[in-house]
Amino acid sequence: MSRPEDTLPPDLFYNDSESRKYTTSSRIQRIQSDMTHRALSLLDLHSPSLILDVGCGSGLSGEILSQTEDEGTPGGPHVWIGFDISSSMLGVALEKEVEGDLFLADAGQGVPFRPGTFDAAISISAIQWLCNAETSLDSPLGRLSRFFGGLYASLRRGGRAVCQFYPKNDEQKKMVSQAAIKAGFGAGLLEDDEGTKNAKTYLVLTVGGGDLDGDITGVVRGMDGVDVMARPGAAKGGKRGQEVKGSKGWILKKKEQMERKGKVVKANSKYTGRKRRVQF
Amino acid sequence: MKLLTLNFLTCAIKTCKTSPSSFPLHPRDAELEILETDINLPFLKNILPRLMWDELRTITSELGLPELPPAAPTREDLVEPGAQAAEGEEVEEQPSQTAKDLHRVLLETTVKEGKLACGNCGHEYKVMEGVPNFLLPGHLV
Repeated sequence: MSRPEDTLPPDLFYNDSESRKYTTSSRIQRIQSDMTHRALSLLDLHSPSLILDVGCGSGLSGEILSQTEDEGTPGGPHVWIGFDISSSMLGVALEKEVEGDLFLADAGQGVPFRPGTFDAAISISAIQWLCNAETSLDSPLGRLSRFFGGLYASLRRGGRAVCQFYPKNDEQKKMVSQAAIKAGFGAGLLEDDEGTKNAKTYLVLTVGGGDLDGDITGVVRGMDGVDVMARPGAAKGGKRGQEVKGSKGWILKKKEQMERKGKVVKANSKYTGRKRRVQF
Repeated sequence: MKLLTLNFLTCAIKTCKTSPSSFPLHPRDAELEILETDINLPFLKNILPRLMWDELRTITSELGLPELPPAAPTREDLVEPGAQAAEGEEVEEQPSQTAKDLHRVLLETTVKEGKLACGNCGHEYKVMEGVPNFLLPGHLV
């Protein structure tokens, strides 16, 4: 299946007919609502909050945020502010008279809110669009870093963001999460139905200073059916198998390398890589 | 766009980020509309400490709305006094007149048409049908 990101920029791809198709398809509606509920459970909100919806489109996820607790939204009804780059999508949202405030804005240009505005942020099927730059003035990395930088600043301390997105490949997954970490977030990827056609990737982001215990895995603590897979080597700190330059191990490794290349290398002795005395 | 949102919005241009005058954005030729919604007391309590009261007063006076009190209300002001909870019994908190007024200003008053101008660079963001346009040309990002 072709990826819409590869065909056209989002503001042109989601034209009037595509927006209507997207909003009226019951299949897409169901998938979006499932993902929104999943994201809400990861956000773990207990009281009505101010939420940012990045790439709100026609407000499919916003409608769920505006629902009350009895209708299945934890901590609801929330007040939300959404932005999207497609004016046709926003047009559909206006027709539906969604309760949140709408903006026509590009997430890749930053988030124009003052620091500490939002309790949480949610983004459903949007940030893969940031991995494409449409002009030579812009780059995917620049767009991602502006977005995550702006998002980090606009969330309050202890706030959380959950971004569901469709990465093209592992490389893109890594690029997005690295950009988030660089902006200062604690980040983790949660994958539902991994390896199947229905795989859904959620990027879970936390801003420090909250009541989160431990690292990012604290978000999913106590949730059913979630396995935590640590990044290999993350616990050790520093890169795996890399010796400190100038240390004994490093010198021995270098000598071995040189020897293998066929260079003349002095034999190892008890003096190899040893510190000189201070008096020397 | 609600006045609540306007209280959080800054200029999107990079060079304005460091300037204090990029907040708040000043509404120009604004056409207002009242959209009635249900009052949400827990939300008002949650958002109250994050409001910039002085800037909110500036905006309301620029829009020609009735003047707000000089000091921001506290969380206690939002709850109707009286109705003490009997022992072991939860009484639902009733919103006070202050809370109702605040709800009216923040969540029901919306900017329908007009412009938002940055106090620093003077860039004007158009608002159409309640949707502000924050798309920037590439060289300003």
